Amino acid sequence: MIAVAFALFTALLIVGGALFALVAAIGINRLPDFYTRMHAASKAGTVGSGLMLIAVGLHAGDLAIFARAMAGVFFFMLTAPVSAHLLAMAAHKAGYPLCRVSVRDDFRNIPK
Amino acid sequence: MTPEAIIQTACNFALGILALAFLLTVYRVVRGPALPDRVMALDMLVGIAIGFIGVIAIRTGYPLYIDIAIALGLVGFLATVAFARFILTRGTGGEPWPTPASVQEPGSGKRKGKRAGAKKPSKTTNGDGGKAPIAKPQGSKRSGR
Repeated sequence: MIAVAFALFTALLIVGGALFALVAAIGINRLPDFYTRMHAASKAGTVGSGLMLIAVGLHAGDLAIFARAMAGVFFFMLTAPVSAHLLAMAAHKAGYPLCRVSVRDDFRNIPK
Repeated sequence: MTPEAIIQTACNFALGILALAFLLTVYRVVRGPALPDRVMALDMLVGIAIGFIGVIAIRTGYPLYIDIAIALGLVGFLATVAFARFILTRGTGGEPWPTPASVQEPGSGKRKGKRAGAKKPSKTTNGDGGKAPIAKPQGSKRSGR
């Protein structure tokens, strides 16, 4: 019984991670703007791969492997916002425009 | 159902979903109107590949794949940072204005309206004389502030 519940939880993590990746892919194709697309890609992509790694660590049933998986999740959580912000800042400074429906651009008022 | 069967079913389902997400992201890489879109989609591809590696690690019961996933994440992060620096130094590189025209009327029509709306302004910018509309805002930005 406990084994079945554990397997169900792991399966939930696996399917949840895959669905998060699918949501990110749909967002990449549907959103109007580079910056909004990046919002979808960095958030949902990170959570998708993170859930998948947690599922691997749980499924292995070994503390060392689980610790390694959690280190990987921590690493992705640390680096994904950094790279996303760096890319968005580079694109904004290079002059790629926001979409027409966006109402506010705080970054434009910052002196360079 | 035995626990193994549950895990196997979830893995097969996740492989299908991940393949669909991978194809959608590849479509953005191919179509992406500008370089930052392609770089962002490649970053996303690395994330989906990590998901694939996780599923394979569960299916084969070989947890050493986690180290491969971590290494792949490191490589993807470094590639994205390097591409961001490249975009910063390159500017828009003479590309046409990426997307804003495609969102002019968010409520009107679906695919066809959007594509027709996206094609018109690029034609007019070409007609007005090459790089003038691209170079102008950059110069005014730098000189103004």
